[in-house]
Amino acid sequence: MTDPQVTEKYVGKRIKRNEDPRLLTGQALFVDDVDLPDMLHAAFLRSDFAHARVQSIDVSAARARPGVVAVFTAEDMGDFWRPGPLIVPPPSKVEGIVFNARTQIPMVKDKIHHIGDPLAVVIAETRYIAEDALEDIFVDYEPLDAVVDLEEALKPDAPLVHDDLGSNLAAHVVQQKGDFEAARGEADVVVKRRIVIDRGAAAALENRGVVADWDPRSQQLTVWDTTQAPIPIRNGIAAMLGLSEHQVRVIAPFIGGGFGPKIMMSQPEEVLVPWAATKLNRPVKWIEDRRENFIGTTQEREQIHDVEMALTRDGRILGVRDVFLHDTGAYDPYGLTVPLNTQSHALGAYDVPNYYTEFKVVFTNKMIVTPVRGAGRPQGIFIIERMLDLAAKELGLDRAEIRRRNFIPPDAFPYSHVVIDQAFAELIFDSGNYEPALDKALAMIGYDQFIKEEQPRLRAEGQCVGLGIVSFVETTGVGPYEGARVTIEASGKVSVVTGVGTQGQGHFTSFAQVAADQLGVDVGEVRVVTGDTAQFHWGTGTFASRGAVVAGNAVNAAASNVRAKVLRLASKVLDAPEEELELENGQVRVADIPEQSISLGELAVLANPLRGAVEPGTEPGLESTDYFGPKTCATAFGVVSMIVEVDPETMLVDIKRLVIAHDCGTVLNPMIVEGQIHGGMSLGIGNSFYEKLAYDENGQLLNASFMDYLLPRSTDMPPQIEIGHLETPSPLNPMGSKGVGEAGAIPVPAAFAQAVEDALVDYNVEILETPLSPNRLFEILQAARQADEP
Amino acid sequence: MSDLFNLTVTVNGTRYERAIEPRLLLSDFLRHELGLTGTHVGCEHGVCGTCTIMFDGQAVRSCLMFAVQADGHDILTVEGLGTVEELHPLQDAFRDAHALQCAFCTPGFLMTLVPFLEQNPNPTEEEIREAIAGNLCRCTGYQNIVEAVKLAAQRMAT
Amino acid sequence: MKPPPFKYYAPTTTDEALALLAQYGYDAKVLAGGQSLIPTMNFRLAQPSVLVDLNHIPELFYIEPDKNGGVLVGAMTRESQVEHASLIAERAPLVHETMPHIAHPQIRNRGTFGGCMAHADPAAELPAVSVALDARFRIRGQTGERWVPADEFFIGFFTTALQPDELLVEVALPPTPQRCGWSFQEVSRRHGDYALVGIAALVTLDDHDRCNQARIVFLSVGDGPVEAHQAAKVLRGQSPTPEAISAAAEAAAGADVDPSSDIHATADYRRHLVKVLTRRALGQAFGRAGFKNDE
Repeated sequence: MTDPQVTEKYVGKRIKRNEDPRLLTGQALFVDDVDLPDMLHAAFLRSDFAHARVQSIDVSAARARPGVVAVFTAEDMGDFWRPGPLIVPPPSKVEGIVFNARTQIPMVKDKIHHIGDPLAVVIAETRYIAEDALEDIFVDYEPLDAVVDLEEALKPDAPLVHDDLGSNLAAHVVQQKGDFEAARGEADVVVKRRIVIDRGAAAALENRGVVADWDPRSQQLTVWDTTQAPIPIRNGIAAMLGLSEHQVRVIAPFIGGGFGPKIMMSQPEEVLVPWAATKLNRPVKWIEDRRENFIGTTQEREQIHDVEMALTRDGRILGVRDVFLHDTGAYDPYGLTVPLNTQSHALGAYDVPNYYTEFKVVFTNKMIVTPVRGAGRPQGIFIIERMLDLAAKELGLDRAEIRRRNFIPPDAFPYSHVVIDQAFAELIFDSGNYEPALDKALAMIGYDQFIKEEQPRLRAEGQCVGLGIVSFVETTGVGPYEGARVTIEASGKVSVVTGVGTQGQGHFTSFAQVAADQLGVDVGEVRVVTGDTAQFHWGTGTFASRGAVVAGNAVNAAASNVRAKVLRLASKVLDAPEEELELENGQVRVADIPEQSISLGELAVLANPLRGAVEPGTEPGLESTDYFGPKTCATAFGVVSMIVEVDPETMLVDIKRLVIAHDCGTVLNPMIVEGQIHGGMSLGIGNSFYEKLAYDENGQLLNASFMDYLLPRSTDMPPQIEIGHLETPSPLNPMGSKGVGEAGAIPVPAAFAQAVEDALVDYNVEILETPLSPNRLFEILQAARQADEP
Repeated sequence: MSDLFNLTVTVNGTRYERAIEPRLLLSDFLRHELGLTGTHVGCEHGVCGTCTIMFDGQAVRSCLMFAVQADGHDILTVEGLGTVEELHPLQDAFRDAHALQCAFCTPGFLMTLVPFLEQNPNPTEEEIREAIAGNLCRCTGYQNIVEAVKLAAQRMAT
Repeated sequence: MKPPPFKYYAPTTTDEALALLAQYGYDAKVLAGGQSLIPTMNFRLAQPSVLVDLNHIPELFYIEPDKNGGVLVGAMTRESQVEHASLIAERAPLVHETMPHIAHPQIRNRGTFGGCMAHADPAAELPAVSVALDARFRIRGQTGERWVPADEFFIGFFTTALQPDELLVEVALPPTPQRCGWSFQEVSRRHGDYALVGIAALVTLDDHDRCNQARIVFLSVGDGPVEAHQAAKVLRGQSPTPEAISAAAEAAAGADVDPSSDIHATADYRRHLVKVLTRRALGQAFGRAGFKNDE
């Protein structure tokens, strides 16, 4: 903390979470817990085809079913039917961008663009009846060939996802730094590979849901939504329905995990449920089921990279050339956020003078792609770390050493990569100190001992054990801004209100810690309110590891302002200069004269008099609203290392050890940071070996259930995730924080691939894809054996 | 159309009588008929374990039972385990060990672990991991949940 | 994912249940543990108009010693009861070893021994185990009872010898023969998942430490339990050395199974796993039978 007067009692400490008792006892409200009188239930008819024309939709039988109140199709929406907004336009600063915006529609009119595309919505007395009625709906489909494969999609004779576009090219972006061709010419070694990354889902345990309640008497609409962005959702609903923003209240209560897709906005259900509520004058609830989640909630990760890395003989990277295809699915409402993140991270933590990066975004008949924890960064890190590993092999260099030689040195910050990032700014790493992270990780995993003694010994006993060590960076804390309002109440309790929501990352506690330190109160006396647009209506949402950084700094600023007000008023009341005052235990005291004190609650009452005159230019109470908007991202970083054992017969992989040396700047609550890393790593492990959305050539999703889409279980995790903290404070915000929400997810697949390759060194395989599976390893080994045979 | 079934069931010590459709899932009955929304629903096909409750003292997935099957039986949900003022030692341990983040899966873990600890008051780490292998969590990576169980086992033994 | 409507009956005797099945025939489905039926109903892949719930028929829940030294298991006995029964641990060690592999404890608390058999999922463990053990199934209809040996009970893909108006009421597990060894192994992606391939093996040695009998049965490689007859033939009368076991594994993979591919495993990979698991299971089984490999 930069304020020397503030005693750090809570920030930086492992404080138990304020919100836990309610969550543990089933007393916390999630969207599906909302129960309103006369409430109706919605169910959506979703397309079974990925690509088809719709000749007609006959809902008459569904409408006639007892218990069904309404059935709506696109036709019934009239003027309300329109494609959603382009949430993130392309960056204007990049020259020569080709960008074809196509945003999702609330319901299908004449053409289906992906499996799960909504065709009709049934509103009934119960969800059971609504689902019965779905079977009454008759759709006359004309199936079309589906566009699934990225390379096939760009061929001239490919079927078109969007007929009016003429091709399946959603975007084309080229960015450069320096001159890669020249670098290649000077290089001693050029490594060239194709690397493929496949789709995964966020799969939060809570599915999406929307409840909308329109009160025609007060002309107020209340919406509960499992969204990560209640404020933009409110604004979108208001605009769509022609209401004032103040007539719409969006509440994001407790959310059962976000991980990205819950920030996607103007999703069909978020548009249709409020609209239906206003038409029917009864509350309407829609809760997604798991099957719908797989086919109707956004996903991410699919890319094909053709990469080249030019190096000197001693392993210094002279340049990287990365040309890739990025699958956006049927629409591109989220703009270029994900592939730009990939571009920003494909140089990792390294000082690379020459960079040519080009991507084409491709429309396919698959579910829309928007960020999933990592949001394009895991792909970038996978690319650079794999290429470095392959270069190290070719040059006969140690894997850790080649990384050390290429790190951006600590005195080179702020370091510019020149290219434009997802925040529409020049990609500048604000601060960092990478070698200590590497050294720490090497020590934690016992690198030398493992490579020199343990591994050879175990190998001699027939065990295929391998080690992976990779570094990563993570741009976090992106703008534009967030805000907070801090108030000291007459009771002496403190209220902190911010516009961001919470999906489990502990905002009720971390923000309370910040305010508690500023105001000298007990952290349990701070009540945090998040995600209610009636209480705070300026801001964006939780995504891109920005909550603690951006909203946390806004809380800090507002709390600091309140502290200033407290001191000013207390100075008058206690007749002592401000420098001699202390804030502790909810009291303001003159230092060394404890009797001369006043409680914050009493002070708050004095600040809001019922008689007397208030001076012009003052505000009543002890309250302040403030905002924080970082100019650029704060760059977190770290090094991950793991040891795996591969059973060369069954191809099952066991992760024996997993360590991370991690730096997210100033840590608000180490317990929460560690929890974020644990969770991120479990997704990373999923993306390495378990999770793969399997689309067939017709665009059908073959594994739309938890039976066949595999999330890591407790028994798939290593016995212990060991975390080493480092703290290089960010100069970009007063608290010095960086984000950590995605840190675990980003480097794990790269570490896993390297470790498995190392374990299978005798078989001489190259891992150029993620996720893997036992079956894939079997095929890769078979191919390597056949290649070796004469 | 199916006839209504007269169900009598004890939940958290209270006897309830309701006339319900046979197809009403036990998870929906608890949440929406009885308003006990602490039990959550994650998949409705018996894999995620989020909906786990105690049925006659055993951990069972409430999405894989029809409420009518609970006729005459005894159910314990997370609301019956502890209160905000007085947490069950396992709930307390979860809090101390930061074993919950979004907490959507947490009630299912708690109701799986209560019978487990009754039968295994001193479990090894491996036994704990196996016991919770039928419950999915997306936020915690399971590590702190395992720690919480160890902590709870220690505390409940004394 | 809500199930479609159905008429619901909860009989309290087997006779009542049989009368209902006779009345409704193919329109009715039996509700035992429900751990397989209810998910398919929630997905609306199954839409029975009548459910006959067997959970309130006490006479179907038991584990008893059989006079011949084996065990009799009532069809509605919960898998978790079988898992923890000392009688099963003593007299049917192969079953005892298999139980923890079946899904997860919460599933086993409801799933039933007989229900699992009657469902006949080719990826289920217990059908393969019952064939390896040469278990016998007692089937009752309104007209009487019949016994069917395991290898005639499982007819095909989710199909058994049960007629729509019949119930499986009991599974008889035979006594453990002399000089017997057993092994259950499976390869699955995660703990508790359906196996990519699984094997149940029961072997016996003769007085010269040669293989007397070998029942080797696979799951997840065909329409139901697949018995490896060629592999057994290779072993019979032979000393079960690693070489003999390898030869049996080759026979199993090459001649006995014809697996198919799905999104989790290709046929080639399954065949490979058959080889691996055969070797591992037979090594363990013969070891337990008392065979010592003097190498």
